[in-house]
Amino acid sequence: MSRFAAAFGKTAPALVCFITAGDGDTAANLDALVEAGADVIELGMPFTDPMADGPAIQSANLRSLGAGTTTADVLRYATEFRARHPNVPLVLMGYANPMVRRGPEWFAEAAAAAGVDGVICVDIPPEEDDALGPALRARGIAPIRLATPTTDAARLPQVLEGSEGFLYYVSVAGITGKQQAQIESIEANVARIKQSTDIPVAVGFGVRTPEQASAIAKVADGVVVGSALVEICGEYGAEAPAKLKELTSALAHAVHTARQEHVA
Amino acid sequence: MNTPLNSFRNQPDERGHFGEFGGRYVAETLMPLVLDLEREYRKAQADPAFQAEFDDLLEHYVGRPSPLYFAPRLTEELGGAQVWFKRDELNHTGAHKINNCIGQILLAIRMGKTRIIAETGAGQHGVATATVCARFGLPCVIYMGAEDVKRQSPNVFRMKLLGAEVVPVTSGGATLKDAMNEGLRDWVANVHDTFYIIGTAAGPHPYPEMVRNFQSVIGKEARAQMLERTGRLPDLLVAAIGGGSNALGLFHPFLDDPSVKMLGVEAAGHGLDGDEHAASLLGGSPGVLHGNRTYLLQDADGQITEGHSISAGLDYPGIGPEHAWLKESGRVDYTAVTDEEALDAFQLLCATEGIIPALEPSHAIAAVKKVAPTMPKDAIILANLCGRGDKDIFTVAERLGVEL
Repeated sequence: MSRFAAAFGKTAPALVCFITAGDGDTAANLDALVEAGADVIELGMPFTDPMADGPAIQSANLRSLGAGTTTADVLRYATEFRARHPNVPLVLMGYANPMVRRGPEWFAEAAAAAGVDGVICVDIPPEEDDALGPALRARGIAPIRLATPTTDAARLPQVLEGSEGFLYYVSVAGITGKQQAQIESIEANVARIKQSTDIPVAVGFGVRTPEQASAIAKVADGVVVGSALVEICGEYGAEAPAKLKELTSALAHAVHTARQEHVA
Repeated sequence: MNTPLNSFRNQPDERGHFGEFGGRYVAETLMPLVLDLEREYRKAQADPAFQAEFDDLLEHYVGRPSPLYFAPRLTEELGGAQVWFKRDELNHTGAHKINNCIGQILLAIRMGKTRIIAETGAGQHGVATATVCARFGLPCVIYMGAEDVKRQSPNVFRMKLLGAEVVPVTSGGATLKDAMNEGLRDWVANVHDTFYIIGTAAGPHPYPEMVRNFQSVIGKEARAQMLERTGRLPDLLVAAIGGGSNALGLFHPFLDDPSVKMLGVEAAGHGLDGDEHAASLLGGSPGVLHGNRTYLLQDADGQITEGHSISAGLDYPGIGPEHAWLKESGRVDYTAVTDEEALDAFQLLCATEGIIPALEPSHAIAAVKKVAPTMPKDAIILANLCGRGDKDIFTVAERLGVEL
């Protein structure tokens, strides 16, 4: 069973946590997320031009690059994470240019060697899948696609075709860390997507609090939290792990118990 | 004109690829929009009424056709080939940028969009966009790097006079590429009502093709004018390149004329041997940015590096994907000239022809200055004078040590 299947196959929904690599003590921050109950880790690859991200993740990218983070560093964080946490799915998330810089085969090979399970590339839509997708699939790495409120019924099959691991439903048309969509809209869209696919659907963008996470966990297979965690990394620096643990524990509890109340 | 199978004029393919370049590298949120834009553009292309309105505005509002001008004293000074200029600096708003803005705003209106956004570097595209928005009564937001807002205050004021909201962008290096990032962020959050008028022949498909087609009015006019005036085609076309829209506009209608050579001129800034230049083709390598695969200024990890040029309009770390393809195909030659060379050429044109060029075409003139003396006197060089220099007099004065 793949790590994704295990993580999303538990009785409760999954908590997916994002931080930017190289922003603070990455190993300690990642450990804090896992220890506090994160089921899947998304590790952001910093890029100079993160055009789909809001201010929080933009700043994290700049802090990381300012500290001198390289692609080799990101891969090293991944390798070390895999050694410490053999069962937690690890996703690299970022933009096309750093991923394809040395060629898709190089990147896929390096990511596979580092124990990476999936890759989210924000600016490679299905139409440009050739740029990276085949190289990832050939090495058993899941290309994780995004679906959005603008992905209509006619387009959805194209997005799902070739999607692996899980589908990331972006709940708002906008950038990361901003407003959250109405739960009714999320519920309707997730239901629509789930009619067309068997892979898990995780929902993100604008999810900051345990309350929001709980509401989404009632209707989706997973909840993605990014900007709120990244802000902690930025604000607390070396003290971030304890703070990350605090928020992640609350989020994990909210996500993992969301359906129990429902059933009871 | 016919486009035979082995034509250089039938790019891109149906997926928006120019060979291995171009494409649609955008976030999923934008993908349906970009596809919709392409559908609407195809419909507009096939609609004679759209073309008629475009032509009418270019003639009566922009002031086209722009003159084709033989430069006698510059020719004599250089002592070689005849130098001719396509005078796009005489357009309304002072540059070629308006041609594209007219086309895109007509498309925006056709698509029922009610809000316009754009990015700008030097401010020329911002002014042209603000101009067409005022003309058609649409609200307009211009993203401009905070550094450029400081460097180009007259254009900022022009945009405001024209009713645009100018948003200084402080993220990243606070220049053109960051303004484009912010434009894309706005677009992704306002997909339902907003049209993004991209200023150069770059971005996701169909922008590179669409901008090129709107700008091709330059080359179509020039080709007909040259044939009428001299009975022959020019031997060499020369144009400056930042993103590359004025160069494609001039070159594209001539691409299948084998006797016509072409030279694109990039900004070498302080020199190609260092990091302070904006020559993506000559000093960069292929990568993916702002929706397309093209040549970029980047480091070994694919992080984008800041371009430098005395000309804010050339100061962009990428280039339109069709230029990347034209370079690899060998159809167009590319060179680069430094800030100093451009500054010399700027002064040369002022002194010999009584024309104050913008710093962007001053790069083209600098290349002409090098190549004209090596060509016979009956040869014809046609350079694109894509903008006038009013906006640049402060920069030039500063470089020449003159206080205004």
